[in-house]
Amino acid sequence: MRDENRAPGQAGGFEEVVLPHLDAAYNLARWLVGKPQDAEDMVQEAYLRAFKFFGGYQGGDARSWVLKIVRNTSYSFLEKIRPAELAEEFDEEVHQAVVEQPGAEAALLQSADRRMLREALDELPVHFREVIVLRELEGMTYKEIAEVKGVPIGTVMSSLARARTQLRERLIRLRAEEEQGGLRK
Amino acid sequence: MACENKELLLRAYFDGELDVVRSIEFEEHLKTCPQCGRELHEQQVMRDSLQAANLYERAPEALRAKVRAAIPGEAPPQPIPIGRRPVLEWLAVAAAILIAVFLGAKVLPSTGGKTQNLMAEEIAASHIRSMQAGHLLDVESTDQHTVKPWFAGKLDFAPPVVDLATQGFPLVGGRLDYIDHRNVAALVYQRQKHFINVFIWPEEVKDAKLPEMQTMQGYNLLFWSHGGMVFCAASDLNVTELRQLAELLER
Repeated sequence: MRDENRAPGQAGGFEEVVLPHLDAAYNLARWLVGKPQDAEDMVQEAYLRAFKFFGGYQGGDARSWVLKIVRNTSYSFLEKIRPAELAEEFDEEVHQAVVEQPGAEAALLQSADRRMLREALDELPVHFREVIVLRELEGMTYKEIAEVKGVPIGTVMSSLARARTQLRERLIRLRAEEEQGGLRK
Repeated sequence: MACENKELLLRAYFDGELDVVRSIEFEEHLKTCPQCGRELHEQQVMRDSLQAANLYERAPEALRAKVRAAIPGEAPPQPIPIGRRPVLEWLAVAAAILIAVFLGAKVLPSTGGKTQNLMAEEIAASHIRSMQAGHLLDVESTDQHTVKPWFAGKLDFAPPVVDLATQGFPLVGGRLDYIDHRNVAALVYQRQKHFINVFIWPEEVKDAKLPEMQTMQGYNLLFWSHGGMVFCAASDLNVTELRQLAELLER
């Protein structure tokens, strides 16, 4: 199914190096731009670009290289259609979660279900959503994330810390809202 | 919140980014600091929930086909006169060959002592390949007494084969696979709609504390060692249930 039909000399290297990362590409695009159709468009465009620039790829981690292109493609798209979203970048206001009892937070987090996690992650500013997706879903190291984002490792560490704090707060809030809703019924 | 001065360390420790020496130092600190312990636990709870929620979005098959079709090299050969072939295409071909040579040279000589990350990548790739039609099983049987002898002539070790249907993990069969330059056994279990590949190979692990959980391309990989063998369970199944399977297999 893979290479049998390929004439010698054709871009088999591209197929072996870049195609295996299609799931990773789609996952990132999906979490960055949202709609499945938009995500498919991003991946297709990114793969064409990747093919075009393949001459400039110098070995190294192919997944980071592909995801970097997917990311740039998705950001250009977001800039065009939802510029406000990119601007909400660094909301420094950190609300300390109002959970007094030690361990209570963990219990709240533990009871968060799939829908809540999806919603909380979706609500995060795109820069934060991105680092969580790359670290927790894609399992990338700091160095790999830094490569994808084109920033120093220190920046990755601080974005990741802020992203986690925000995600945690959103989860706790969603959980609390649900409990209140349940009481009112 | 972690205690003062320790926040950076805690995060790097949690993400597996500390070297051995500093990891041990931090573990020493953890023993005496309930505050950092609590923070670490909370982070772990959030990570587990994220992983259990299966949030990874896989590329639809239709997209795969579209991307393949759109790559110029993949189209049926076109009768373009040699002189007029787009320069970039030639460059891409040249680069592809160079990279293939480079990768080949870089990966092949490293026998045995492959880093965990490379091995995890290989295992994830094997798992993905096995999920494609017709690649999952070499021997299809829910009977451990059929699967075990099947391996006998094919491997120089005898992987433990048990059916765990009554515990919710029916054995569906086995397969020969190839990881880190050696033949390994792959047992395939099912959990509801999820398939789990359990890769097994003999290896004496001196310090039995292997890196445990790893996520690779959205798949969960769980490593452990038992009775002179190393096991790695790979699946899109959540970590909690994978750990259950690991415990059952250790009995």
